Amino acid sequence: MKRSNEPIFWSLFGAGGMLSALVAPILIFITGIIAPIGLWMPEQALAYSRVLGFAQHWLGKLLLLAVISLFLFHAVHRIYHGLHDIGVHAGTGAMVAAYGSALLGTLIAAYLLISVGF
Amino acid sequence: MARVKTYVRPMRGWWRRNPYYVRYMIREASSVFLAIYTVILLVGLFRLTQGEAAWDAWRAALANPGSIVFHWLALLTVGYHAYTWWKVAPKTAPDVRIAGRPLPELVITAGGLLATLGTSALVYVIVRWM
Repeated sequence: MKRSNEPIFWSLFGAGGMLSALVAPILIFITGIIAPIGLWMPEQALAYSRVLGFAQHWLGKLLLLAVISLFLFHAVHRIYHGLHDIGVHAGTGAMVAAYGSALLGTLIAAYLLISVGF
Repeated sequence: MARVKTYVRPMRGWWRRNPYYVRYMIREASSVFLAIYTVILLVGLFRLTQGEAAWDAWRAALANPGSIVFHWLALLTVGYHAYTWWKVAPKTAPDVRIAGRPLPELVITAGGLLATLGTSALVYVIVRWM
């Protein structure tokens, strides 16, 4: 019997679900709401030099890669399986597109984190 | 060959028929908001590699009213995902037993929600002051 690839994607979905349950709401709140409108978050908190320093630190790189990659794998897993719920009976192509785009996002993030310097 | 016309039960709008399914669909929809938010972060990282002017342009774009509305919707749906994640944790977590008794479901869910609150406070403090 052919071995299922589901455990791999389920693990990434689970890891992304866990990480997003812990940090996604606060990240959305900070970067998307309070920092742009300047409420409870000073202008210089997300200043170029500061965020650059974070992205150049090895720990910052690790955190950014984990957030981007795992959020993507979590989201595409749900979107792919959710297609059935809205009446789209997706095949292998949709599966490749879903997990492929999460993998592509991960590779782009890794490339950017290297090119941003150390 | 002629297709046999068998009755197919219509499924359109199935999830609007029951509040439980509506909540399920909101939870699943959170993944669309999370995916878009992650792409926004990825674009931000790209702009960061392009220099200070590009980074500031990305920040300015996030101050657009449409962006603010999107992020509120993302916060609500992804926040709901976080809640449901801990709500089902008693069923998905490893079986932890203390003196032979399983942890009460409420303890696992409350512990998870507290972990989210604690992590959120930590992230806020780091972004703002460190």
